[in-house]
Amino acid sequence: MSILGTRVVRTEDPRLLTEGGTYIDDLRVPELTRVAHITFVRSTLAHALITRIDTEEARALPGVIAVLTSADMDDLAPPPDAGGSGGEAPMPLGGVWAEPLLATGRVRYVGEPVAMVLTEERSQGEDAAELVSIDYEPLPAVIGVPAALSGETLLFPEAGSNIPAARGGPPSADMFADCEVVVEREIVNQRVAPVPLEGRATAAAWRDGKLTVWTSTQNAQLARFVLAGALGLDPGAIRVVAPDVGGGFGAKIGIDREGIAVAWAARRTGRPLRWTETRSENLSGMTHGRAQRQTITIGGGRDGRIRAYRLAIVQDTGAYPRMGGFLPMLTGLMSPGVYDIPRVETSYQVVVTNTTPVAAYRGAGRPEATAAIERAVDLFAAEIGMDPAEVRRRNLVRDEAFPYQTPTGALYDTGRYRQALDKVLDAAGYRELRAEQARLRERGDPVQLGIGLSSYVEITAADAAAGETARLEVDADGAATVYTGSSAHGQGHHTAWAMLVQDELGIPMDRVTVIHGDTDAIPAGTGTYASRSLQLGGSAVHKAALEVKDEARRLAAEALEASEDDLELDTSSGRWQVRGDPSAALGWGEVAARASGQRLVADVAYKGDRPTFPFGAHLAVAEVDTETGAARLVRHVTVDDAGTIVNPVLAEGQRHGGIAQGAAQALLEEVLYDADGNPLTSTLADYAAITATELPSFELLSMETPTDLNPLGAKGIGEAGTIGSAPAVQNAVIDAVGHLGVRHIDMPVTPERVWTAISEARQAQEERAAR
Amino acid sequence: MIPAPFSYQRAGSVQEALDLAAEHGEDARYLAGGHSLLPLMKLRLAAPEVLIDIGRIPGLSYITEADGHIAIGALTRYHDLEHSELLASAVPLLAHAAGQVGDPQVRHRGTIGGALAHADPAADLPAVALALDATLVVQGTEGSREIPAAEFFRGMFETALAPGELLTEIRVPRPAAAGWSFLKFTKRAIDWAIVGVAVQGHAVGLVNMGPRPLRASGVEQALAEGADPAAAAARAADGTEPPADINASRGYREHLARVLVGRALAEARSRG
Amino acid sequence: MTVNGRAVAADVEDRMLLVHFVREVAGLTATNVGCDTSSCGSCTVLLNGESVKSCTVLAGQADGAEITTAEGLSQDGTMHPVQAAFHAEHGLQCGFCTPGMVMAIVSLLKESPHPSEQQVRAGLEGNLCRCTGYHNIVRAALAAAEAGAGGGDRR
Repeated sequence: MSILGTRVVRTEDPRLLTEGGTYIDDLRVPELTRVAHITFVRSTLAHALITRIDTEEARALPGVIAVLTSADMDDLAPPPDAGGSGGEAPMPLGGVWAEPLLATGRVRYVGEPVAMVLTEERSQGEDAAELVSIDYEPLPAVIGVPAALSGETLLFPEAGSNIPAARGGPPSADMFADCEVVVEREIVNQRVAPVPLEGRATAAAWRDGKLTVWTSTQNAQLARFVLAGALGLDPGAIRVVAPDVGGGFGAKIGIDREGIAVAWAARRTGRPLRWTETRSENLSGMTHGRAQRQTITIGGGRDGRIRAYRLAIVQDTGAYPRMGGFLPMLTGLMSPGVYDIPRVETSYQVVVTNTTPVAAYRGAGRPEATAAIERAVDLFAAEIGMDPAEVRRRNLVRDEAFPYQTPTGALYDTGRYRQALDKVLDAAGYRELRAEQARLRERGDPVQLGIGLSSYVEITAADAAAGETARLEVDADGAATVYTGSSAHGQGHHTAWAMLVQDELGIPMDRVTVIHGDTDAIPAGTGTYASRSLQLGGSAVHKAALEVKDEARRLAAEALEASEDDLELDTSSGRWQVRGDPSAALGWGEVAARASGQRLVADVAYKGDRPTFPFGAHLAVAEVDTETGAARLVRHVTVDDAGTIVNPVLAEGQRHGGIAQGAAQALLEEVLYDADGNPLTSTLADYAAITATELPSFELLSMETPTDLNPLGAKGIGEAGTIGSAPAVQNAVIDAVGHLGVRHIDMPVTPERVWTAISEARQAQEERAAR
Repeated sequence: MIPAPFSYQRAGSVQEALDLAAEHGEDARYLAGGHSLLPLMKLRLAAPEVLIDIGRIPGLSYITEADGHIAIGALTRYHDLEHSELLASAVPLLAHAAGQVGDPQVRHRGTIGGALAHADPAADLPAVALALDATLVVQGTEGSREIPAAEFFRGMFETALAPGELLTEIRVPRPAAAGWSFLKFTKRAIDWAIVGVAVQGHAVGLVNMGPRPLRASGVEQALAEGADPAAAAARAADGTEPPADINASRGYREHLARVLVGRALAEARSRG
Repeated sequence: MTVNGRAVAADVEDRMLLVHFVREVAGLTATNVGCDTSSCGSCTVLLNGESVKSCTVLAGQADGAEITTAEGLSQDGTMHPVQAAFHAEHGLQCGFCTPGMVMAIVSLLKESPHPSEQQVRAGLEGNLCRCTGYHNIVRAALAAAEAGAGGGDRR
């Protein structure tokens, strides 16, 4: 029986549990002997010219090795222009929108790094940083979309506007002409913070012309590429190591400016250096997510059929456009979701504001798409007075339509959207829930029940063509080593890749070692983001295993003096046998011993043809206290179909974590700034990161609709839970008070927002009654 | 993350603490559980040059019955208040409220004395002390004095403690009326109260409805005049100055106060 | 103080936090720093058998105390029942919050050997996790309770 698809606990765990992981701050490697500490001095203003930086007092403090600013970075070329990508690649635009390592002449967000203090001891860093004196000439802070669009104050005067990217023209006039019902609404997909429990951290050492950088990253190879470009070094002179990484969620792709600055400073000073950010730094220094203002327009018939949908997006990208138009481009691409909508139109503008830069965060553009269409569908349903589940049923892309090309240009591989929705409705007891809701409404209970749905589809391995690498070695002792280009930071790849090797080759998991995240060992690799690793990285491991198998078959046949056709591999014992002659058999070690170098090796790059499209349905049940507005998530039932599941344990874990982050956005989390651009949620006491007490246990249903796009039949699962959950939770809370006349409440549906919506709806109802 | 440098002194007795405080004056702060002061110091919002650790002074952690009141040592931790059988039967409001503060780790360290002396308007125990008409026993170099809770809380982080004075005991009269309730409204369980209500009989304490904990005087007056709880609750915001912040506007806090007081009074009634 | 049964003594700055003492002086890096407002619980250790946030305790305040960290839970290579439950229930992903989470549960089960799911969740209000959504952490805690992790004489 194959091990694939069975529940296997993680090989990563014993070490993590009994010794603890080795994160950047834990590293005690010889290269970091006498490591000095870096503390950044950061801007306290959102927008200002820097007129003077005085480091004298700071430098005089005992233990201070150096205080460095951009003026010291005279050995660096200016950052390159992204140029030619049309601005939709997930890369900084550069050029007139260039982001320096340390602020140069101007600061554009509170928290922007301005100077670096190097100290012998960690505790001296903050003392010295406090003594760095910076004179600023404040400029008006551009906060919020209207201020950015007005262009009254430009963050980048040379650019001539605050709009680094845009696509799509004015709305077409007659899109909704044949729609009996049209609903339009401005909604917000609010700015949130990724909050990995380990913040950003980088250590670096320069020795004999080689730079070694240890960094908390989702891809060491990309970090090396970025460092090479930024520091003017040949990639061969740089080694990047990702040790254990305490969460990433998209915000640790590559390496960001502080990390590069640390590497630069190590070269500049010749001292090994380490920087571990504090949580407060993290909340205003690590990139934020989402931050879209959306205008949704949905039109259709009273029969429930949606005919047209328009989504206009303004993406706040913060102070520097780190991803051009990439995020809203993805939002537009996925805008129609699971629905078969004849006419779909999207547009976006990206604006810069004096806030922390925005980049990828679990879902990266797709949660925004799903939240928008799922709100639109519920608004449409409310307008025509039809059950939101029924409206969904009437518009889902049908099974026969796959592969399905959306009007926006996405090609969905496989899907069974109707089945996913029905499964969730059935498991949740939808009819009973509606009946309970009706009872509570009739009684006028202060606590009301809401049921929220979301049907979703998402794009994984969007950069399938970039593929993933795997090198598989089987040694003369019969053990195997996998060098993977993927870079797990909690996803359990070591377990999953070992399962793939055991399945294909019959080498037991406990004899399979998986290595990732070191550019010396793995020079080529793409890394872990975009929910790509199993389908691409796993397929690469699979492909490498097949190649090793082919070579082994040849060698075994030779050794056993049989023809290759008569050779079979018994994967339950890991032995190559001649069919019909059990005495003629060789173990893996014996076969490997006959290979050149006494080792079987396959080094592969696996490239995907195109992205895959996992899908699902979520149903959230919320209780709302209509007297206070407090909402509580009491049940959350999901189908998240990501094709073939290699290890249900791992897949469930990804779903749980994803659901929690989506629920968090719907209920609680928001990054806030005041009108001057001062962060109001810059500590974990103020930023409402969700805890165990706000969540129920989740009810996960199984459903697997394989893809034909890779040998594993697998799609990505990492972000799907987040994409599906936020709209369901938001819809549930709104549904709970829908009978009071509430049609919409923006996320996060805080108690005050809910109460305000109830009060306004009641008032409107009273006014209508009075007329 | 790391406090500014300071000198750590440990006091072995109340007298030693008072002497150290007198010696260092304004530059010194007392350190008990540290869960109000250390977080401020780590963010460098406070930077005393001397910390006088009073956490090990013997004989300041107790919950005992005295004449008509329960005597509680200032170093008694939330955890011990929460699990005290004596408090559970004699002053359940305090036992219950103590169990709502922070999280289990905080409750293993934080002390009632620290909470009251720190006087954060968003903290739970000050409002509870007010509702219980507690008396705070304070030691100074001139001797000891007793301060009614109603006079103790002066403003935001401001108490009637004179420089160097040390809170040593909290005396809670055995409540005459049995009914009690403690309702704390938060977005997350771990959060400080957006608004909190502590009821003991007809005494109503409010959390986070002003720069200091308050008695809901309008409500108490209405109750004294014979109003029913629902009608009395309508006056919950009388005389309050609730803050506006990222968690709630003023108007919403006033609304919450009315709703919570109504519920708390109803719950208290059902218990007594 | 003793850390996991071993005496550790040093002269340190008055302002050194217990978490840095554990990590840098005692050399035990499983306990992590995840925030600066005592919010996340990644730094949770046992101080005289009770869970505390070691980032909010001065090393000086812990003078003479018995500290237990995650590294001190397993004996002779055998995981503590709470650790074993985390492994069996997939209660960890990136692992950063895990040592603190485990210590918080060890303390919780000592005080409340048979908690309900609600009590477990409430008991973990001071411990943040971003990876797991808490679902399997709660399962691990309940499984450990079932296995008797709260009673008995494990440290």
